[in-house]
Amino acid sequence: MDYLRFSPAELEALRLSFKVASVAVISSLPFGVLSAWIISRMTFPGKAVLNGIIHLPLVLPPVVTGYVLLVLLGRKGAIGAFLYDKLGLSFAFDWKGAALAAAVMSFPLMVRSIRLSFEAQDRGLEKAARTLGAGPVRVFFTVTLPLITPGIITGLILAFARGLGEFGATITLVSNVEGETRTLPLALYTLIQTPGGEDGAMRLCLLAVILSMAALAASEIITHRFLSRMEG
Amino acid sequence: MIEARLKKRLGSLEIDASFSRPGPGVTALFGRSGAGKTSIVNMIAGVLRPDAGRVIVNDKTLFDSERRIDVPPEKRRIGYVFQDGRLFPHASVEKNLTYGMKLTPAGLRYVDLGQIVALLDLGHLLARRPGKLSGGEKQRVAIGRALLTSPRLLLMDEPLASLDAARKEEVLPFIARICREFEIPIIYVSHMIDEVSRLADKTVVIHNGKVDIEASRRIAGKDGPTSDSDKTDGSRERVC
Repeated sequence: MDYLRFSPAELEALRLSFKVASVAVISSLPFGVLSAWIISRMTFPGKAVLNGIIHLPLVLPPVVTGYVLLVLLGRKGAIGAFLYDKLGLSFAFDWKGAALAAAVMSFPLMVRSIRLSFEAQDRGLEKAARTLGAGPVRVFFTVTLPLITPGIITGLILAFARGLGEFGATITLVSNVEGETRTLPLALYTLIQTPGGEDGAMRLCLLAVILSMAALAASEIITHRFLSRMEG
Repeated sequence: MIEARLKKRLGSLEIDASFSRPGPGVTALFGRSGAGKTSIVNMIAGVLRPDAGRVIVNDKTLFDSERRIDVPPEKRRIGYVFQDGRLFPHASVEKNLTYGMKLTPAGLRYVDLGQIVALLDLGHLLARRPGKLSGGEKQRVAIGRALLTSPRLLLMDEPLASLDAARKEEVLPFIARICREFEIPIIYVSHMIDEVSRLADKTVVIHNGKVDIEASRRIAGKDGPTSDSDKTDGSRERVC
């Protein structure tokens, strides 16, 4: 067997996985930064509840998360009906639904990583910027955000890797439709279920390992580069 | 002109300090570490909120608890040199220097980049990042950065405390030069008597958050002989 000879269906799954994971992390990033900022910088009653809700997908069985999303966002769901009526937006059996599932499942990882950077930051620099004439919003974009870039990059890459591998919530919310929602893990699952699919399954397995390793390496390299640029 | 009356409870420390100074010149806040000096300048700068009190600089009320005035730090136009410099590590020295200058309306600027670079001898550092500068260089950049906002008052919180004796000598003359060249009041926080006596023409001694002694005094310098006057002046015979 040849580990490099991918079938069109496998390549399609790979392409779809990239699309789903990219859209998921990029669209959830602003919310991730905002949530991390709120959790690390604000004190208000109910903060623990918010923190819990954000981290829930990390501990819930993914199928439960997928089912909750289905109930809320299905065409007849509380939010889904509104979105479908007003915007014509539907998540069922659609790659956008897969992206949503990946975004929700990877969100806690992203928030954690960004939050740690917020907490590790020297608040004195922000105060210094204020005395130099910058208002809070300008301070955030010119001082805070540039300084937490390593945390944002790490969060993005971790969430991307998590999104690439999302299975349980995805199959529950959008099922397993080839070319639309059959991402890499779903394609792998399908191959394992199919007699004679072992070669394909092994290829996708190796691919998953390589992609995950590459994501981790990229995160390390980018963070290291950023830090050394800061020192010099 | 500065007038400050500040009250603030910080754990076991009760700050209740007032002092004033007419006209430009260097006022030293002198006292042991933990006496509340940094908290006092933080309150003047607006990064720490007093429980009660009033801060007036050049007839502009920046804080008044009774009249519910609390101008945010970015609108106070007070330059602040922090003990630890607090340069932005992600920006070059030049970007650090111009950060506040660019936020100062052109009509309010009384100093430009070239002037500061020459005054503090920063020309060879402009392209570098703060991370690799020596302690003395960092503080000179921090002083330049604060001055480039064309402040109405300059606060310096132990700007030399993190430096060894040789590095101190690298920075002290520059500080002395600043108060000769600019007509602005400076508040200089220190627990080192030699710095205070070299720079300040008025000393406010802070002890346990309270003003212990408030004395205007001239120290022998090239501008004139020693004289012990009461708190007075604002006159032009500054010695720093």
